[in-house]
Amino acid sequence: MDLLPFFQWCYETPIGEAIRNSNWMFALIEACHLVGLGLTGGAVLIVDLRLLGAGLRKQPVALLSAGAEPWLVGSVTLMFVSGIPLFLSEAIKCLYSFPFWVKMISLLLALVFTFTIRRRVTQAGPTSDGPLPARITALISIALWFGVAWGGRWIGYS
Amino acid sequence: MSFLAFFEQLAETSWSVELHESQYAYSIVESIHVWTLCLFFGTVAMVDLRLLGWTMRGVPVSEFARRVLPWTVLAFVIMVISGTLLVYAIPVRTYQSIFFRGKMLLLVLAGLNVWFFHSRVYPKVAAWDLDGVPPRAVKVAGAFSLVLWSCIIFSGRMIAYNWFDCDRQPQPAIINFLAGCVPTDSGR
Repeated sequence: MDLLPFFQWCYETPIGEAIRNSNWMFALIEACHLVGLGLTGGAVLIVDLRLLGAGLRKQPVALLSAGAEPWLVGSVTLMFVSGIPLFLSEAIKCLYSFPFWVKMISLLLALVFTFTIRRRVTQAGPTSDGPLPARITALISIALWFGVAWGGRWIGYS
Repeated sequence: MSFLAFFEQLAETSWSVELHESQYAYSIVESIHVWTLCLFFGTVAMVDLRLLGWTMRGVPVSEFARRVLPWTVLAFVIMVISGTLLVYAIPVRTYQSIFFRGKMLLLVLAGLNVWFFHSRVYPKVAAWDLDGVPPRAVKVAGAFSLVLWSCIIFSGRMIAYNWFDCDRQPQPAIINFLAGCVPTDSGR
């Protein structure tokens, strides 16, 4: 499958071009993307720490996960809203960037994992401190989201 | 010794040069600084959102303070160590960056907010520990924290851009003043 025409089209969108032609737009959008990164980290880690038997470990997992979920969805939405324009502005570079593909694949896996397996584990609500399946779920979640963060940072170095 | 002379001397040290010129070390330190943001700003934000009554209203605020803030402190230590190394790698330019200066000022304000919260607001936590939506003073501290740390992220990110660097003259006089540019050796 030849992806170049699609990435070329992305690169040539008016949004992509406007960002490339501006001195400050990329910087400002990227700063929003960073705030979103921190928020996403918080909404993910507050639950994953609990699954590991740390953090708010006296609270039921289901309560924490229900409280964190709107913020997870909101912050991931902020990441998409800020990340897509950043991508459009340098789509061609992304196509040939290894970290970009690591990020996209990790992101897909992280989202699927979070809203299927991890959601089932948190809703089942292990009450004792971090049983093994809960710990493994948390570690997979952290590893997948770290893949997203790793790729995101290293797109900039390539 | 002036601050500028101090940073100029830092720039002369061999470790500073090596960190600056290394192929991977600088990028790795910078990455650690960014990734730790997830733990630092993430835990700060969750605590602030609880103080505002915007999440997990059923969890006592004191639980958040006891069980989550230690992670915030750990992350802050990593942020300070990695951040100091980043300054050490590029001392003079960073010292003369208006965004770095703005970030340090905002850090002082955020620190004052932390001090105000823990010395004036939090000692009375027993009275509102279980409140889904805490009293006004608590919410204000949470909101200040969220806004200040977001601004710190913004100014930190902007340090990477050279729009107002001393070696890019002419700059408006106000910029040169705020950045502490010395026009004679600023490549005018």
